[in-house]
Amino acid sequence: MKTLTINGQSYEVNVPDDMPLLWVLRDVLGMTGTKYGCGIAQCGACTVHLDGAAVRACQTTMDMIDRQKITTIEGIGATEIGAKVQAAWLDKEVVQCGYCQSGQIMSATSLLSSNSRPTDAEIDEAMSGNICRCGTYVRIREAIHSVTA
Amino acid sequence: MIENLHSRRSFLKGTVLATAGLVLAVQMPRSSKGAGKDVPANQGAFAPNAFVKVDEAGITLIMPHTEVGQGIYTSSAMLMAEELEVDLHQVKVEAAPPDLSKYMDPLLYDQATGGSTSTRSDWVRLRQAGAAARMMLTEAAAKQWGVSVSECRVEGGKVFHDRTARSLTYAELAPMAAAIPLPQDPPLKAPAQFRIIGTRAKRIDTPEKVNGSLVYGIDVKLPGMKVATLAMSPVRGGRLMKFDENAALAVAGVKEVVKVDDAIAVIADHMWAAKQGLDALSVQWGAGANASVNTDAIVAMMEKASNERGVTVRNDGNAEAAIAGAAVKMDAVYQSPFLSHSALEPMNCTLHIKDDSAELWVGTQVPVRAQNAVASATGLPPEKVKVNNQLIGGAFGRRLDIDTIEIAAKLLKDIRYPVKLVWTREEDMTHDFFRPYYYDRVAAGLDENGNLIGRTHRVTGSSVLARWAPPAFVNGIDPDALDCAAQTPYDEKSVHAEFVRFEPEGLVTAWWRGVGATHNLFVLESFVDEMAYASKQDPLEFRRKMLTGNPRALAVLNLAAEKAGWGSSLPEGGGRGISLQFAFGTYLAHVIEIEVSAEKEVKLLRSFIALDCGVVVNPDTVEAQMQGGVIFGLSSAMFNAVTFTDGAVDQTNFDTYRVLRINEAPKIEVHQVKSAELPGGVGEAGTASVAGALANAIFAATGKRLRSLPLADALAG
Repeated sequence: MKTLTINGQSYEVNVPDDMPLLWVLRDVLGMTGTKYGCGIAQCGACTVHLDGAAVRACQTTMDMIDRQKITTIEGIGATEIGAKVQAAWLDKEVVQCGYCQSGQIMSATSLLSSNSRPTDAEIDEAMSGNICRCGTYVRIREAIHSVTA
Repeated sequence: MIENLHSRRSFLKGTVLATAGLVLAVQMPRSSKGAGKDVPANQGAFAPNAFVKVDEAGITLIMPHTEVGQGIYTSSAMLMAEELEVDLHQVKVEAAPPDLSKYMDPLLYDQATGGSTSTRSDWVRLRQAGAAARMMLTEAAAKQWGVSVSECRVEGGKVFHDRTARSLTYAELAPMAAAIPLPQDPPLKAPAQFRIIGTRAKRIDTPEKVNGSLVYGIDVKLPGMKVATLAMSPVRGGRLMKFDENAALAVAGVKEVVKVDDAIAVIADHMWAAKQGLDALSVQWGAGANASVNTDAIVAMMEKASNERGVTVRNDGNAEAAIAGAAVKMDAVYQSPFLSHSALEPMNCTLHIKDDSAELWVGTQVPVRAQNAVASATGLPPEKVKVNNQLIGGAFGRRLDIDTIEIAAKLLKDIRYPVKLVWTREEDMTHDFFRPYYYDRVAAGLDENGNLIGRTHRVTGSSVLARWAPPAFVNGIDPDALDCAAQTPYDEKSVHAEFVRFEPEGLVTAWWRGVGATHNLFVLESFVDEMAYASKQDPLEFRRKMLTGNPRALAVLNLAAEKAGWGSSLPEGGGRGISLQFAFGTYLAHVIEIEVSAEKEVKLLRSFIALDCGVVVNPDTVEAQMQGGVIFGLSSAMFNAVTFTDGAVDQTNFDTYRVLRINEAPKIEVHQVKSAELPGGVGEAGTASVAGALANAIFAATGKRLRSLPLADALAG
């Protein structure tokens, strides 16, 4: 049995050490907001926070997690910056199919938590690991800038 | 007031007794293009549609089209809300069940979402449905109060009788309204009266998409459900030879292994166990007849086929004679590769098959075909298969096919508990149905004044239409394969366009965002650019002088050029390319500005789109579709090709199939021309405009004419 702290709540899970957090969240705990896109850390759809830092849940196995606090898209709205990012996403109407946006919002929130006024280059650096096939990049950039404004 | 309360109570009672509330049947309008007689016999006829439901739960739009991210749930709800005289947020949207007789797209002759037809199809019928409902609800109120309809007014989902200060909600009126005869040809508002159409209304599907609560197909959860993943033969048509079932069953969490001739799946408690189980199977495949399929060999065969005459699609004037006598003669070969859809939500399908019925949860662009796929795999009658259509994490044409539903139903037909079958990214990409490879031969002649006097275009490639809608493939002509190649916005008297159908072995071709236009506009607009440079004319001026009979095309061309600062100087390595099109009923011009480094790296700087898509339902959605369509087109034009080695696909994931990222994305400006013309499609127009404009920009920057995609490879090569 392993205890995970997710969005401020404790969960007991009985899963193998090499199981990625992605599938624990989605298939064991039923938190499907974190998405599967590639499984090899190329698309960023599964981005979650470990103690506030953005990580790819598909590459984060159970043995890598000790007491870190996990935050997912389901809980990010409870943080001040996360709520602002979500609001900016709606205000700028960023979202199309929406499948990548959980990951985009988690990456953007992580960026804005450490850098309240990122430049375009800093946005590129922090967000280039997140693919959007609908091509919402123009608006993602606008939305991130609007949070800083 | 007392009277009001009394009425309210009796209505509420009536509502409870009414079983279905008000369901409107509205006669579907005929499409402008295809009259009823053109409907293929096996696709069913035009028939009454049921789009509006008003009951105690409120107002529901039974949505004939699928939301794949394009924003159609919002746009279509805006159309209905406009005539119902309700606010957009008062309309709930529910995916229509499979029913061709009610929900057929009149432009596609199927219950389908594709070809950028949704707004064009819904533009009249959903407004009529809303108007008819409003009229019936108003009449019900007038009857109830014993007053004339002309004394009643509607606002915000209520009918008012101002003189007596009475009002009733639509929900209260629903049971009575259901008994009112359906008005024929309800009058529609004049554009000047629009409250909702034409506004930047907020999308209705996005709040749930920013907090993780929206359930896509891949997120479906059912009591007792297991999760499965599959492996399919890497070579199409290959067969399962050997596998270690016991090793898979030994993995903790694995429940069962199921198989068919060319696929095997592991059912488990969760995806991780299923994946581990699949690995443990150590599957060996027999490659079969397609083991020697290679891209180079396919292209060599296409080249050979392209030397022969094809089926004539357009023959005006005498193009070949005009070219033979021209002052400037030119010819070229263009090539466009196989492409993958690679939507971010991998293919998935959840099925609960029982002895006498089945239930399907899937995001599909074709619900009737989905239902039939499960019916034929299980032997159940179609009406015993319930389809729950899900919102989709990107489709781009992939979910116009039902091969994944078929394979799921075959694998799971003997399983009696619910199973969610999830494709890994690798299985998804390597077993896609691909955008066809095209091999184009073009030729043109210009007179001594640099006027285009003759043009020929021979497209060699697969016919997606012939596979997907056989009745529409008539006399060997595939209008899609020649779309934007045969007919252009330009003044042309002598054009010969033909199609050589070539179906490559070992793969299946399919619709892909922008369909025929995406491929042909790369060829046509690149070649038009070649003509301009060959006759020492500015590419913009050359196009302008061929648009004397086409003011809408000229207007978007001029607007894009003006906004892009066409003709102003650029730094060393800089270049601008332009393209023009009339596709999906929309006029669009695109200028792309780039910089090419000494190392031949292309930097995408700015993109300027000008479009006239007729009357606009939601300008913000149009803008979003342009921005997104351009990014999607840039990914493929710059980077993408699917190739085959020994029958198997070489690209397996986003590390080998490169997708444009935010750091590579240009700034994009979208300029919309105000228009009262009928709506045109916008979902694919942006994508279709990219490759030509980009190839032309690269030529402007480097002097190198690239005639094959992807351009990054062509430039390096």
